[in-house]
Amino acid sequence: MLQELLQELHDTPLADTIRANALAFPWLESIHVLAITLVLGSIAVVDLRLLGLASVNRPVSTLIRQVLPITWIAFAIALATGGAMFASNAVAYANNLPFQMKMLLLLLAGLNMLFFHLVTYRSVAHWNEARQTPLAARCAGGVSVLVWIGIVAFGRWIGFTIGF
Amino acid sequence: MLSTLHAIADWLAATEASAVIQNVSWIIPTVQTIHIVCVAIVISATFLVSLRVLGVFDRAQPIAALTHRFLPWIWYALVVLLITGSLLIIGEPGRSLMNPAFGLKMLMLLIVASLTAFLQRPLTADAGFWDASTQRRALARGIAVLSLTLWSGIVFAGRWIAYVGSV
Repeated sequence: MLQELLQELHDTPLADTIRANALAFPWLESIHVLAITLVLGSIAVVDLRLLGLASVNRPVSTLIRQVLPITWIAFAIALATGGAMFASNAVAYANNLPFQMKMLLLLLAGLNMLFFHLVTYRSVAHWNEARQTPLAARCAGGVSVLVWIGIVAFGRWIGFTIGF
Repeated sequence: MLSTLHAIADWLAATEASAVIQNVSWIIPTVQTIHIVCVAIVISATFLVSLRVLGVFDRAQPIAALTHRFLPWIWYALVVLLITGSLLIIGEPGRSLMNPAFGLKMLMLLIVASLTAFLQRPLTADAGFWDASTQRRALARGIAVLSLTLWSGIVFAGRWIAYVGSV
């Protein structure tokens, strides 16, 4: 079932075009790397603030409001280019362990962010300008920055292990 | 010039360090990962500062506050980038030193590093330096656009090293 779905994705016109055009993949990959560095770096600005290690003079809510739109735009670009690269060789990626780990960490990053925004962040008014944020916020920041570094690491490992 | 580079590449390729980097399978991906994490620092710092200079990001804060917060990160990250980059060159000297994409990357790096220092330097003595006149504001904006373009170009060139053949 899943294998058939992957094969269908592999046979889409978009995937065909990427495979047929030698320059398509390096272009997609370059844009993907640029976008993902911007995701990691910008989210690290927020994470390091939550950890009390940087931007400590800026209110947390102000920083989040200013930086996260940049993170989301970059993430959308990373998702689009990543999706296109995935389609071009869907079966091989889906069966690649570093790729699976990368997706698992992406899920973890999403859950961590969801918990932070729905639960921890609700009390932000009490610690918005404090250098030291509550333990839950520090944990969210620490988990986020580590998970995103892991996503970059597994992403790089895909290139060394993927079979074509 | 080219023959000197060839000689250096051949000499590096024959060293024991090069053999170790080549033969221990986790070294190159690990070093590349550290390299990319540092690129993330540089790209994000340069985006935030440049977007502020262009008036898109955090307009409530003066330019000097942003450069003071973010630009030092670029220099620390650059040190790590030079170390990890050197390790990658030692591991695969022919792939990098003889590669036009690598040459272009180094050229862009020299220009953008100079531009960043040029933007940062006057602010230590005079925090309002880039806001003092219309001409200076325009110059700062020009530097911001160039910085964004060149750092992005550096990321592209870095990835294209894997696709462009060596000379």
